[in-house]
Amino acid sequence: MTNFRNHLYFLLLGALALIILPYFISSRFYIDVLTLIFFTAYLGQSWNILGGYAGQFSFGGVMFFGTGAYVSSILLTTFGFPPIFGIFLAILGGALLGLIVGYMSFRSGLKGSYFALITLAFAELLRVLANSVEFTGGGVGLFLTYAPGLSNLQFETPVGFYYFALVLMFISIAIVYWLESSRFGAQLVAIRENEDAAEALGINTLKCKIYAIMIMGAMGGAAGTFYAQKYLYLDPPIAYSIHLSVEMLLVTIVGGMGTIFGPLVGAFVLHTVNEVARHFIDTPGLSLIVYGLILIVIIGYLPNGLIGAFKKKRKKVRFYFA
Amino acid sequence: MLKVNNVTKRFGGLVAVSSVDLEVNEKEIVSLIGPNGAGKTTLFAMVAGFLKADEGRVDFENASVLGMRPHQICQLGMVRTFQITQPFAGLTTLQNIMVGAYSNTSETDLARIKAEEVAEVVGMTSLLNQGADGLTVAGRKRLELARALATDPKLLLLDEVMAGLNPAEIDDIVTVIKGIRDRGVTIFLIEHVMKAVMNLSDRTYVLNDGKLIASGTPSSVAENPQVIEAYLGHGAAEAMAEGA
Repeated sequence: MTNFRNHLYFLLLGALALIILPYFISSRFYIDVLTLIFFTAYLGQSWNILGGYAGQFSFGGVMFFGTGAYVSSILLTTFGFPPIFGIFLAILGGALLGLIVGYMSFRSGLKGSYFALITLAFAELLRVLANSVEFTGGGVGLFLTYAPGLSNLQFETPVGFYYFALVLMFISIAIVYWLESSRFGAQLVAIRENEDAAEALGINTLKCKIYAIMIMGAMGGAAGTFYAQKYLYLDPPIAYSIHLSVEMLLVTIVGGMGTIFGPLVGAFVLHTVNEVARHFIDTPGLSLIVYGLILIVIIGYLPNGLIGAFKKKRKKVRFYFA
Repeated sequence: MLKVNNVTKRFGGLVAVSSVDLEVNEKEIVSLIGPNGAGKTTLFAMVAGFLKADEGRVDFENASVLGMRPHQICQLGMVRTFQITQPFAGLTTLQNIMVGAYSNTSETDLARIKAEEVAEVVGMTSLLNQGADGLTVAGRKRLELARALATDPKLLLLDEVMAGLNPAEIDDIVTVIKGIRDRGVTIFLIEHVMKAVMNLSDRTYVLNDGKLIASGTPSSVAENPQVIEAYLGHGAAEAMAEGA
């Protein structure tokens, strides 16, 4: 238990450091980069619950983000519904979408690359849909007005959004922390490791997977509201961009799937690499190539992610002559 | 306790299990034997809800379990193990067994206590913190048994838990299985190791080409000419009788 306590102290210390950090950083740029890191880590964590813990890789995680963003933004622009309550409906909308997509795909036994593809298809479907209906503003998009205030979840300084993103990330870490020590988490991991065995041992695998994608959806929904209130503009290519779907799985895979801090570590490393490459390389596009090369190296040499590489490797006993 | 009535399973043109009737009573150890490909595992899979029978019914404690999913059947108290062991490879032995224990409690501490208890019963206490992927064949077979036992079953379906084990390991696991029966768990097992079948079973069913060809006490079944022919080929029973 002392080990656990040390762990907890370490955690609280890290959290405290992130809380007081803005008082030492005056540069708007660094605050924005950190905000983006927390935001990506948060989305990565939502992907991590379904992908890293339950072993169901989704390729369309952005659908929850986009749907959440549209829910709270449309409520705001059409009915003047304040985003501080709208975010909860965005969460609900994300979870509901998770229920629909999860029920349809898991019910019919889709797994592996088929599940990944069906989520990609759902995200694309929603993008096209958002483009062609009227209440989303179609291709023109939705413009939100800037009116700072807590009820609007808008802030006068970037530091406000920094804390908004930090709170989201803390919540996501708390959720995964709970997963690690709960029955539900153990059931998800059992499904990842061997679905038949999990089912044989009394786990309702269908229900567990649907719950997992609903949690992912709920988290994505909140992220959508955050994004809309920060950038004040939303159109289908932003709301349902494949880029974001890829980013949330990338930070998690690079950091370490199925770990508490994988998404945060991955988001930090990838964003840093990205910014550094952009800063030092002037030729347009070349920074992306450097970024890509580093990615290949990490994924090729550290299949368990950065966290996996630093974790003390479990001594493996193998019996070649058994 | 378990009643299988006229159960049939076809895979395309192949009749894997054909109109099988059998029964397992409370507190019994019943075995199901037969040559490879006889349909034993298919029958288990139907009983445990992994395959749907084409015909017939399966009753557990006087209620039909046909069409139920495996986890529901497990919650009723009937749990199977796998012939080809299916460990949660990335987890430790303790975590593996805890997954089973979680079927009756949502408390992590209670699940851990239960898992440690079960590990003691199957003799895995010293392996609790070892990764399941590093276990020997014997260790994996025990882990299958332990996980299933941790769900607190009334009826255990054991699919060849002794295959691939050496004689000393078989003796160990026979003792473990007897211990489990003495705790009040009914056991229905598929087995090829005849010594263990003779030693353990109260009754035996013999399956060949999807059909039940004999049943009774293990020794009476072993002398049944049809059974000898199923294993050794046509005419073998006569040849053995002449030889003796």
